[in-house]
Amino acid sequence: MTDAPHAPNLDNVVETCPDCNEREVLIYPKFERLWHWSQAGSIMILMFTGLGMNGFHSLISFELAVRLHTLVALALLLLWVFATFWLFTTGTYKVFLPRVVGLFKVARFYAYGVFKGEHHPYQKSLTRRLNPLQALAYSALKTVVFPLVWGSGIVYLTYNFWEPLPNASLWLEVVANVHLAVAWFVAGFVILHIYLLTIGHSFREGVRPMIRGTETVALTPEQEAYLERHETWRLVK
Amino acid sequence: MRKLGLGRIVLAVVLGMAGPAALWAQETPQISESTADHSKFKELQKDFASGPEVTAACLSCHTEAATQVKHSIHWKWEFDNPTTGQTLGKRHVLNSFCGNVASNEPRCTSCHVGYGWDDMDQPPPAQDAAVDCLVCHDTSGQYTKLATGAGHPPMAAKGKTITGADAWVVDLKEAAQSVGEPTRQNCGSCHFYGGGGDNVKHGDLSSALYHPARDVDVHMAEDGLNFTCETCHHSDKHVFAGSRYDVHATDPEGAGQPGMMRKDVATCESCHGDTPHDMLTVTGIKLNDHVDRVACQTCHIPSFARGGVATKTRWDWSTAGKMDEQGQPLHLSEYTQGDGKELHTYLATKGDFEYGENVVPYYSWFNGQVDYTTADEVIDPSQVVEVNRIAGSAEDGRSRIWPFKRMEGRQAYDSVLNHLVYSNVWGPTTETAFWTNFDWGKAIEAGMKAAGAEYSGQYGFVDTHMYWPITHMVAPSEDAVACDECHTSNGRLAGLAGFYMPGSQPFSIGGILGMLVFVAMAGGVLLHTTLRVIMRGGKKGTTHD
Repeated sequence: MTDAPHAPNLDNVVETCPDCNEREVLIYPKFERLWHWSQAGSIMILMFTGLGMNGFHSLISFELAVRLHTLVALALLLLWVFATFWLFTTGTYKVFLPRVVGLFKVARFYAYGVFKGEHHPYQKSLTRRLNPLQALAYSALKTVVFPLVWGSGIVYLTYNFWEPLPNASLWLEVVANVHLAVAWFVAGFVILHIYLLTIGHSFREGVRPMIRGTETVALTPEQEAYLERHETWRLVK
Repeated sequence: MRKLGLGRIVLAVVLGMAGPAALWAQETPQISESTADHSKFKELQKDFASGPEVTAACLSCHTEAATQVKHSIHWKWEFDNPTTGQTLGKRHVLNSFCGNVASNEPRCTSCHVGYGWDDMDQPPPAQDAAVDCLVCHDTSGQYTKLATGAGHPPMAAKGKTITGADAWVVDLKEAAQSVGEPTRQNCGSCHFYGGGGDNVKHGDLSSALYHPARDVDVHMAEDGLNFTCETCHHSDKHVFAGSRYDVHATDPEGAGQPGMMRKDVATCESCHGDTPHDMLTVTGIKLNDHVDRVACQTCHIPSFARGGVATKTRWDWSTAGKMDEQGQPLHLSEYTQGDGKELHTYLATKGDFEYGENVVPYYSWFNGQVDYTTADEVIDPSQVVEVNRIAGSAEDGRSRIWPFKRMEGRQAYDSVLNHLVYSNVWGPTTETAFWTNFDWGKAIEAGMKAAGAEYSGQYGFVDTHMYWPITHMVAPSEDAVACDECHTSNGRLAGLAGFYMPGSQPFSIGGILGMLVFVAMAGGVLLHTTLRVIMRGGKKGTTHD
């Protein structure tokens, strides 16, 4: 896709874009920010209630934990239906497509360069706000981890519909174990996700784009000209 | 029972003083619920000398009543279990309380719904007048049966009644003229005192149910629904719904068709349906998902022996027979139950007792089938012998998890043939009764002879368990067992197998694997942070643009 004739190879552009101009542009529309924060809040509630159900704390009753966990999970699933629809109708899904170019550089930065005080090697662009490592991580999250957790969750929740199947009790145990294991992975991801915000200028600057929606990206003269003529509302300065 | 009589007098006095109210009552005459006022019947306006005389009078109008009663387990004390083929019923079974009826008849049959059955070897007396109408239908509150009179009422103020009270002279005329639908007092005078005392046997049937508060029994509370026993235990031709020998452990039929009231069973579902919780809430839906595997009673009876009356939880016959320093039978009363009454913890006649109140039930998969260890069955005395066995499992597709009272006992057995034994305990004038002579050898021999069972002459004592399904004393919904009583590690159902209990195994394989990954990720973050701090320490100011 990146080789389509009408789309310039942005990795190359980023790597060698002497005529690019850094501008603060609206990158995350309102829906995406709403999605992100609803999802963040939901995952927090799901983790809190999930830990409660498993006896790690007794701040709320099992009954309330189940009720919240179920309702929040169903609401989140609904949100994901909308988000998926949005991703594909707007074409935004492309930012999550994993790519190899530049991956090594970013990986090297986190494993080595960051300790040396090097700058992040990735320059965000208008259509590529995620670095290759982020794209890889998010695409894995969206296609493997999340489906495992909500898939196992739905199967878990609907136990009574498949209870008559042979060995249902054993399968319930398998499903519960999968759900539990993947949930812990998601919790680990949350830690990692938040931690990575501390790498860069500051934690606050890391969070700001997801609040205000704007981010400093490299614009080609053509992109800049287009935005200045047709979408001035996206340009902050 | 006497209190009711007193209550009536007080009521009469109050009514007598309330002149204007009485006048008003005259203007709008009270219409009787029943179409018959039995006090106006000539047949009943005479002084009766015995119970059977009253019954004869009843039968002069209710011509088929005796025949109906005689077809009930109340009369026959015999139950042929259709699934196991066992012949059960009080006439045959052994239990871990007083053991058996055979050879102890006039004491045990004091609660028979008839008069004069004094030999278990024979069926109950054949004559129709031997049926006791009054024990179920008296509403005067002063009818009772003598504790040792084979079902006859006390006609003199001598001895004890079946509830353990000092006997009084029963007014049979008043009782006969008072008859009506059975009340809790009628059923309770026998069923609350099974095993020889208040709540001794069942654990969920005690005198606390005469006037229960809402938290003791949500259905029977006088200021609430005020159910009688028959509200659930429907009767048809004097045969009642509900059996401890052949239990409806599950009732998929539910509440029946709209407008039709099910009267064939005493199950919770027959009124509440099989989706009794609110289908518009997550909790309700999830609870309804439970009903195929968990009996209503399991959650809605959080504990039994509530309301201040304890139940006997252990009875050790093997220690019976101790005398005190004066050579008199030893007795100790070292347990005080909730209502303040002191209970025997040792009796020379019966051995050691333990009691419990607000007892958390024992839980088991149950498909409704109960197998009894009958006296001809070989037992293994090195194990705890189950006097009755609760059948069912998670896999059989028709069992649900049920609450039980698990009675612990230690009782006599034939140590050569390895059979549980019948024993003759009651008999003030006999030379064999244990309670009179304190001689197990004679008591067992007499019991076995009366039951017609083979006995080697050698006996020992064996530990037993006996299971009593818990189904009464349903608590208000707010007191139901909370989810986390079971959905936790080592919860109420931890002893049961064959199913996965969500929330009970946070450290299962999946949980541990997940936690390891989480710890690895969090550890990686920590390591990364540490390295950054250390490395940047030497290169101040170079990290920011």
